[in-house]
Amino acid sequence: MNYEKEEFFAPGHGMCAGCAAPIIVRWVLKLAGPNTIVVNATGCLEVATTAYPRTSWRVPWMHVAFENAAAAASGIEAAAKVKGEKLNIIAFGGDGGTADIGFQALSGMVERGHNVLYVLYDNEAYMNTGIQRSGATPWGAWTTTSKVGNANPIGKLEPKKPMARIIAAHNAKYVATANPAFFQDFKKKVQKALSYEGPKFLHVISSCTTGWRHDPSKTIEIMKLATDTGLFPLWEVIDGDLENMRITYKPKKFKPIEEYLKPQGRFRHLLKNPEYVKKIQEQIDAWWAKYGHHYHK
Amino acid sequence: MKVMIRGNESIAYAFKLARVKVIPAYPITPSTLVPEKISEFIANGEMDAEFVTVESEHSAISAAIGASAHGVRVGTATASQGLALMHEVLFIASGMRLPIVMGIGNRALSAPINIWCDHQDMMAERDTGWMQFYAESNQEGLDLGIMAYRIAEDERILLPAMVGIDAFVLTHTVEPVELPEQKDVDDFIGEFVPHYVTLDPEKPATLGSFGFPEHYMEFKYGQWIAMERAKKVIDEVFQEFEERFGRKYKRVYPEFMEDAEIVLITMGSMTSTTREFVRRLRAQGKKVGLLKLTTFRPFPKEELKALLKDVKVAAVVERNISFGFGGAVYGELAATFANEERKPRILDFIVGLGGRDITFKTLEEVVKIAEKAEKGEDVDEVNWIDVNKEAVLKAEGLL
Repeated sequence: MNYEKEEFFAPGHGMCAGCAAPIIVRWVLKLAGPNTIVVNATGCLEVATTAYPRTSWRVPWMHVAFENAAAAASGIEAAAKVKGEKLNIIAFGGDGGTADIGFQALSGMVERGHNVLYVLYDNEAYMNTGIQRSGATPWGAWTTTSKVGNANPIGKLEPKKPMARIIAAHNAKYVATANPAFFQDFKKKVQKALSYEGPKFLHVISSCTTGWRHDPSKTIEIMKLATDTGLFPLWEVIDGDLENMRITYKPKKFKPIEEYLKPQGRFRHLLKNPEYVKKIQEQIDAWWAKYGHHYHK
Repeated sequence: MKVMIRGNESIAYAFKLARVKVIPAYPITPSTLVPEKISEFIANGEMDAEFVTVESEHSAISAAIGASAHGVRVGTATASQGLALMHEVLFIASGMRLPIVMGIGNRALSAPINIWCDHQDMMAERDTGWMQFYAESNQEGLDLGIMAYRIAEDERILLPAMVGIDAFVLTHTVEPVELPEQKDVDDFIGEFVPHYVTLDPEKPATLGSFGFPEHYMEFKYGQWIAMERAKKVIDEVFQEFEERFGRKYKRVYPEFMEDAEIVLITMGSMTSTTREFVRRLRAQGKKVGLLKLTTFRPFPKEELKALLKDVKVAAVVERNISFGFGGAVYGELAATFANEERKPRILDFIVGLGGRDITFKTLEEVVKIAEKAEKGEDVDEVNWIDVNKEAVLKAEGLL
């Protein structure tokens, strides 16, 4: 069945203008259809879409707590198995609920092989509590807990946790990175993930206008730059076979990283020092030098 | 059928006989045998259920919520630190009104780490909105486990329930247990019907939504009402169980209460020792009675008022401590009588923490202090029994 014309994520929710998360959710649900149960970790998405007695969810939806979406999804899947049901069980978590506090539950869910699609919408900080750094915050980003000042001109000093690689290393059935600004690629990956039995993980970049500090009208443009600069490459891995990772998109000509950093307030301080920009550019170049051969047109 | 089983097996058999469909569990001493036994039942084809070998107790209770919300009967088991790790999620299970049943191997909390019996683990979860039952024997563990499903799933209640069995004293001790026939349990519990909104793609609903100040209190008041109603439902279920299976349960079980002047109030396995002790005191002509608390949540206020109003001394003998006040049962019993004119003198006896044996000697000390109080002598409200006080006071620089 094709449900692309139907809406399972209703308008009227309280997510910010320009937030990428509702775009991701809306399209994951359109592609999954109504035979779906959603579990949501605590975060902006949960808070802003379910203010009792209203809801934006036209599929069954449950929130339990911050760190246990993957565990709750495991329980739902076990119950569905007992009942002999065939349905999509999809968990949505932000980078906090996925890479940090919810990491253990996710690792357990994948290791046990539950038939669940886990979607990480990664806005690279704890945005719901007001822009605090997470394990998925990139090096050099300003957040309210990785502040920039005379003694620390950089912001976050540690690199981003590579969640998709980590979950792929669990030998998950299907793992991919995706970007709603590359819609056909994103769509194909959601469909592909849902077609597999077993644990599936999508790492989706998700711009946050207030945390990344950019104009709300620039969301798609900035996310597009994340991939066109090579910073957020799009790839997929089946059965944990990282050796045979497949890069699904390669920019014809890579854009310089400044273009991605410039429109975002969280990186503005880095532009004062060319060394910082160079460091990020070198890391991107090194990644592509190492993995670029995984792209086959 | 009579079987010789350990307390943990009582819980596992309760799950099996209740035809529980999803069991997410994480091993912890002393309740590890519960998931092991479930694994065995499933491997032998004796039980048709999904056993989810989660990676922590936090995930065990979270998966239990997921499965219960999807409309199946769920059970799990834990103890001590494991129960404490579940803490935040316990509120969510009761707030979502999911009738999950959990067996607890009542064990002390760290530090120092200790694997033996006391009731601190369940007492620390007093306010999470779960019903709490404490078993005296393995038979009670099994019976209460089965009855907990009937009570929790009753459409007037819809609250989760914990059944406590004392660490080692019950969990690891083999006792003869009358195992009911499957068809009798089926008749008693009935097929699982979720009397609550489930995660059903045919009827999409949002569960666990965000409650603002204008709605939050009504949800909490609903839980309060359900817990109050549970008193009557528990009595009904206990009554029906007795009619069907011939074993008598009461939220407060009174023995030797006629003309009793000093009454010992106990929970769990210590009741057996205390019963024999009281029987001997009665043989000596001493007017001592015994009340066993089977239900701690909901707290049997009305029953305790009626049973203790004419008694001279109510001596709470308990295996938990709330630092800065006293034992949890003592505090609740004292509050129960706060507005009553006729009331006993209420004393607290902290015993058996971290698995220290509760012997006749322990109870003799309790009764000695209670008798002093009966005579109007000055005694402490909270009394620690069988403790090397001198060593502690020296270490604290007070001696």
